[in-house]
Amino acid sequence: MYPIGILVGKPGSTVDNKTGSWRSDKKPKFLHKECIACNMCFVICPEGCISGNGPNTYTVDYDYCKGCGLCAYVCPKKDIVMVDEEEEL
Amino acid sequence: MAGVVADPKNHLMASGHTACAGCGQAIAARIVVNAAGKNTIISNATGCLEVFTTKAPQTAWRVAWIHSLFENAAAVASGIEAALRYLGKLDEVHVIAQGGDGGTADIGMGSLSGMLERGHNILYVCYDNEAYMNTGVQRSGLTPLDSNTTTSPVGKKSCGNPRPKKPLLEIAVAHNVSYAATASVAWPADIERKVKKALSHKGPKFIQIHVPCPLGWRFDSSLTLEVAKLAVETGLYPLVEYENGALIGVRKIKPKPVEEYLKLQGRYRHLLKLPEALEEVRKVAQANIEKYNLSVN
Amino acid sequence: MKKFVEGSHAIAEIVSKCRPCVISAYPITPQTHIVEGLAKLIADGELEAEFINVESEHSAASVVLGASATGVRTYTATSSQGLLLMAEVLFNIAGMRLPVVLTCANRAVSAPINIWNDHQDSMTVRDSGWIQLYAENIQEAIDLHVIAYRVAEDKRISLPVLVAIDGYVLTHAFEVVDMPEQELVNQFLPEFDPIVKLDPENPVSMGLLGTPDLYMETRYAIAKTMETALTVIQEATESYSKLVGRPVSGLVEAYRIDDAEKILVGLGSVVGSIKDVVDELREKGEKVGALKIVSYRPFPKEVIFEALKNAKYIGVVEKAVSLGADSPLFTEIAATLYKRGAKPVINSFTVGLGGRDISPAQIRQIFEEMEKDEAETRFIGLNTELLEA
Repeated sequence: MYPIGILVGKPGSTVDNKTGSWRSDKKPKFLHKECIACNMCFVICPEGCISGNGPNTYTVDYDYCKGCGLCAYVCPKKDIVMVDEEEEL
Repeated sequence: MAGVVADPKNHLMASGHTACAGCGQAIAARIVVNAAGKNTIISNATGCLEVFTTKAPQTAWRVAWIHSLFENAAAVASGIEAALRYLGKLDEVHVIAQGGDGGTADIGMGSLSGMLERGHNILYVCYDNEAYMNTGVQRSGLTPLDSNTTTSPVGKKSCGNPRPKKPLLEIAVAHNVSYAATASVAWPADIERKVKKALSHKGPKFIQIHVPCPLGWRFDSSLTLEVAKLAVETGLYPLVEYENGALIGVRKIKPKPVEEYLKLQGRYRHLLKLPEALEEVRKVAQANIEKYNLSVN
Repeated sequence: MKKFVEGSHAIAEIVSKCRPCVISAYPITPQTHIVEGLAKLIADGELEAEFINVESEHSAASVVLGASATGVRTYTATSSQGLLLMAEVLFNIAGMRLPVVLTCANRAVSAPINIWNDHQDSMTVRDSGWIQLYAENIQEAIDLHVIAYRVAEDKRISLPVLVAIDGYVLTHAFEVVDMPEQELVNQFLPEFDPIVKLDPENPVSMGLLGTPDLYMETRYAIAKTMETALTVIQEATESYSKLVGRPVSGLVEAYRIDDAEKILVGLGSVVGSIKDVVDELREKGEKVGALKIVSYRPFPKEVIFEALKNAKYIGVVEKAVSLGADSPLFTEIAATLYKRGAKPVINSFTVGLGGRDISPAQIRQIFEEMEKDEAETRFIGLNTELLEA
């Protein structure tokens, strides 16, 4: 008897765990005005949930974003701002 | 990196893990595994990283990965490496052993030393958040002087941890490894560069990455990178690089006063009112600056 | 091929023939000759394997864990303090269902520090999920290692196996044995084909965090697998016995028990001595017998019950204690019998701790004393003067 389903993890299976529900306060808003696609937000997001393909295309997957604010901190063009969770985007 | 398609599916450490918001270790661990690439096997010590990435039945890892236990990430990695050597696959596959500061410098010291001494083709990465974070912020051998932790608490008769950081990098260098370096999550590209450089070397390699912990150090999650930057810019966390025993590079700084770093963190708040203790911390920074000639001035 | 060989070297030779790919061990008396023997075979090119000299037993077990997880056959050996030091890794290996084989050269545990033979070490890890097989003599030590790999790597099992060999008594003794040829071992042991392994081609994670909602199922799975192991060990032994052309003990060996009124039960080499006294007493007309338990884990309850159910007196002879309670083997035998409605007079005897010699006179004494029912274990061969020291 070898319950492989609980002993062995399938690669990247945490994607089923939508950590975006952790957010309560702030979330990032990508302004898409000054973005130069430096990729820094993509690299430093602790959740690895930012994607993009060229300037002014970067965005976060709100299903995973915990609202830490580091993308807004690191953006050299200040093109990401933290807004209230309730704000319509 | 402009123009590169940034796709989360390419991350070798996926989303959905349960690290705290703003976790420095999560950032660094992803950079490390992405830099190593998919032909990598990881031996991971018990700690935050292991716990928040592998709650059964899920795993965030998109590379082959195994939990070693606490003190033996380096020993399990040695076994993986030996098996790959037997199978003739050592040239194709990177072996990485990784753990926190406690799992490396304290309980893991013996197995790390053995791995380094035997000359295995393994990169050891130590994620240094300066305490046993997963168990609730207890003091480790890499907890800095006067840091407040639950087992070196500040009180009427104590201003926190009475000891300086164990010189872990020097210990690695003393084992004659081909490559050893410190890095910081404030310089992500530097982490990637150092990992790639380490992996281009044969034999044992060691990288120690400073990864601030919002929860344990008591600062807002949006300040992780700021705190990391100031640690380096004050001289408290020198970024240095050794190749084959020789110091080949340091990140030069315009030294900032240690207060700028300390005041951002709850674990050091007491020092702002204890001038003598604060002076001891300044001395640590000063000693680092002198030892590695860090100052651009 | 017939050989006159030291126990340790016999084990080194047979383990070498099992073709482990990664071997890692740390020196501890009395395991040392086994590992030295393997190091020499590798140095002379007779065995192609990676030999990793480590900084502790905890690391030795960790190395074989990592190597086994990477999908290659592995081996380690230890005793006593070393086994205790690696204990958490042993549980980790079993929990991860890795078919490591380990020789435990049974030795007493400190304090007092003692390098001589008893079973306190392997007894300490009996709950770990490792299969435990005990050898009576050097021939059995050889046979059990081959059977160990076959059983461990069987896809129905995938559990590690500890082969217990009495330190000094077997490791450093000489015996004439039948050493199987390489071709025979090759025939008996298929290539190791792991159920799961660390492989970039299929990048899974092993050793996950098992929360309360699913941890218990992993333990249940091992418990069920141990039951299957009873069958697999029998099968493997029968198959091996045919191959080598001589009888090989399976889960137990019943010695002259058919009409025995008194039976002594034991593990390992002490049973050899018990068999001698059985023969002696049989000559005098006494209806006595011995039951040797080879597979201690899994514990072969049905087989043991069948062997003992008709006896009037059972004596469980152990080189181990559970300080503060009844001894381990005694407890398990008594529970086995009680559950199935057998109620012989059953007594516990503690012998040979710290390598104290177990003489025929002591065994004769046990055969006498076993008719008297006592609540506590009886320490045989005790020097009461020392207690006043």
